[in-house]
Amino acid sequence: MRRRRARPTEDALGGYGSLAERSPVPTVLARPDGPPAGLPRLLAGIPARGALSLGAHLDLHGALPPVLDPPSRGRRGSSGRGSSALLDLVEASGLRGRGGASFPLATKLRAVVGASRSPLGGRPVVVVNGAEGEPASAKDRTLLRSLPHLVLDGALLAAAAVGAHEVLLGVCESSPAALDACALALAERGAPHRGEPSVQLVAVPSRYVAGQESALVSFFGGGSPLPTFTPPRPSARGVRGRPTLVSNVETLAHLALLARYGSDWFRELGTPAQPGSALVTLSGPVAFPGVYELEYGSPLLALLDAAGGATAPLRAVLLGGYAGTWLDASLLRGVALSDEHLAPHGATLGAGVVVLLSADACPVAEVASLVRWLASESARQCGPCVFGLDALASVFEQLVLGDAPGGLASQRRGVRVRRDASGGAATLDGRDATPRLAGLAALVNGRGACSHPDGAARLVASALNVFADELAAHSHNGPCAACARPSELPRPRVARRDSSERSLASPLRG
Amino acid sequence: MTPPPPPLSPLATVGPSLAWYLTRSTGAVALLLLTLAVALGVADVQRWSSPRWPRFVVDGLHRSISLLALVFLVLHILTAVLDTFAPISPLAAFVPFVSSYRPFWLGLGAVAFDLLLAVILTSLLRARVGARVWRAAHWLVYACWPVALLHALGTGSDVRSDWLLVLSAVCLAVVFAAVLVRTLGSWAAPARVRGLALGGCAAFTVGLVLWLPSGPLGSGWARRSGTPTSLLGHSSAAGTSSSRIVVGP
Amino acid sequence: MSHHLRVNPIACEAHGLCAELLPERISLDEWGYPLLDGGPLPPELLTHARRAALACPTFALLVERGED
Repeated sequence: MRRRRARPTEDALGGYGSLAERSPVPTVLARPDGPPAGLPRLLAGIPARGALSLGAHLDLHGALPPVLDPPSRGRRGSSGRGSSALLDLVEASGLRGRGGASFPLATKLRAVVGASRSPLGGRPVVVVNGAEGEPASAKDRTLLRSLPHLVLDGALLAAAAVGAHEVLLGVCESSPAALDACALALAERGAPHRGEPSVQLVAVPSRYVAGQESALVSFFGGGSPLPTFTPPRPSARGVRGRPTLVSNVETLAHLALLARYGSDWFRELGTPAQPGSALVTLSGPVAFPGVYELEYGSPLLALLDAAGGATAPLRAVLLGGYAGTWLDASLLRGVALSDEHLAPHGATLGAGVVVLLSADACPVAEVASLVRWLASESARQCGPCVFGLDALASVFEQLVLGDAPGGLASQRRGVRVRRDASGGAATLDGRDATPRLAGLAALVNGRGACSHPDGAARLVASALNVFADELAAHSHNGPCAACARPSELPRPRVARRDSSERSLASPLRG
Repeated sequence: MTPPPPPLSPLATVGPSLAWYLTRSTGAVALLLLTLAVALGVADVQRWSSPRWPRFVVDGLHRSISLLALVFLVLHILTAVLDTFAPISPLAAFVPFVSSYRPFWLGLGAVAFDLLLAVILTSLLRARVGARVWRAAHWLVYACWPVALLHALGTGSDVRSDWLLVLSAVCLAVVFAAVLVRTLGSWAAPARVRGLALGGCAAFTVGLVLWLPSGPLGSGWARRSGTPTSLLGHSSAAGTSSSRIVVGP
Repeated sequence: MSHHLRVNPIACEAHGLCAELLPERISLDEWGYPLLDGGPLPPELLTHARRAALACPTFALLVERGED
């Protein structure tokens, strides 16, 4: 490897790496009037239409602190090692990923840095995950469409943290507005200065599994947007074999503010285990469905109130996404929105998804359509997912449509199914479907290369729990009157409202 | 009183030699084993099994018999090269159509050998070359086998004898049946492709049956197939029985 | 140092050889795909496990070292 001639000025000033090592965890405030108190944080200044321009963004939040500027591009040696000050800042803040897994960002950053230091590591790559294939989530495209500079700041900071020179900004192709806004934002910033990483905007498929970490990495590497077998994890070997940081859009937006206002400010909201604020997408029979910002630990009722209240009596709520967990409506009063509060109910917030189900809908029919959708979104790479999800969907369809035969012709690559496999085609004949559903859910859990079948298992298991009565009734009596109603669970549209109403003005700790 | 037949000697330049016997026998065994390997391969991919023949036995036998076929094939080539009767160089074993002895028909043998090598090497190194490359190479077996059969019928000096004709017919029937099972079974290919496969197989069989009487079973085949003229003088009269040792009709 | 069984579910094509060669730890679900009994492999099963991994036509069965 050819050694570059050392550039005297950068090194003499201590460059990024060594200066960062000498300074403490920064609490530099970017704005003279101090950081914003309470909410909104991310959604502050969100325009009713269009995107917040670069100038308005800098007026609102101030410039990034100079000590956290990205490293000079041309140097070898310590510039490839990332910024330990930034890593310490993220660790102190306790910022967790907002893509659904709630994984601590600091741990992920350190894993990428560690992998890049190993002999076969290579220079890291940052992938911004704006795929948002979850139909019940709109927060990421909201950020990309209306506040792209917040996301871009976060991406550049993440690149600085791991020492990456390349940022791949993945935006769902189903949102032309988000793609346009990001393209314009990049044009506003102009070409990267010396030392800044390059940012490439790429439209990614809106398929559900395409947003999975390894699927996205595979897509950016020129392959298909389907999950791959791990290990190696993307943080060790990702795009073109390099350590790759895959981070959700919202996570990076939080990073952009965290770097300006510090970890103490970040921890002023939320719970000790889940600090900060979060975006949730609320849909269903509520006056104003849409994207809201709240602090972790807020009661679910407070969210409903902020959204104008329910417009129909509620039967249940689905938390975490279309592959999430059902909670009975009777729990609505006591439930707070943070993973530690939801854990006793077996639920998580996931990618910040809250879907309400009215008492008028048939829960069995709704779950049936969800399971069939999950089955159709399978990457079709793993047998248990392909056959198991189809079998689950078939059983549900029998409950909703009567004894319509289901089942799948097993013609995937000549794969055969054992002769005694009952699949979904066996008719229930009035027997309770619950044991078969529970058995199938347990059978598919953990047996795919990604967590797609796990999500379906979780959805079904919680449905068996919450909708036990309806399921028994459908098993013995067949479809109910509400089965024929159109589904209540469409892809939610984001309600464009004033930012002060969108966020919870007075956080109530539950 | 007729003179006694010349003694068998490995390096005889005229008449029968041990190497020549070995070449023909190992070639025949190699063809038989290759046929078995194809049949087992189809049973394997069709996931056929029974209580006494579990999947791992079928799969393991397929692999072992393929390797054994390669062993016999290598012996077949070695003995052919070492036999100084016919001028077959080591190069001719790998590079088709360069030998001076029946160049085309021997060359087919080299083609079959190369194809089989490709299949077996990719199989042995499957973990390294990956599933896609392995699968693509494995399809070459369906080219290798008919080429090997044509080589046997065109090059071999026993083609007129009953045993080789019977062996060839049996092997052809087995492979035809295997192709039938494969195309009509759970092979995930469009109907057009399956039809082509079956049609190709049928066309090959019919073509072979039509060609044999005017080809290797016809008169003067040794000369027509490219035997060097220096060797032609050792031929006996046509129509000899299988118990006599002949170079060619 | 313990050894564990793992399946690459993408590579697995439900051939079923593994369940024949290591029935103590591998059974097949109703579609022919392997169900692994978790936990470390005792030394007497290790050879059989390796044989099963080698026999898999798609190299989907893995014998891995260490905790996971």
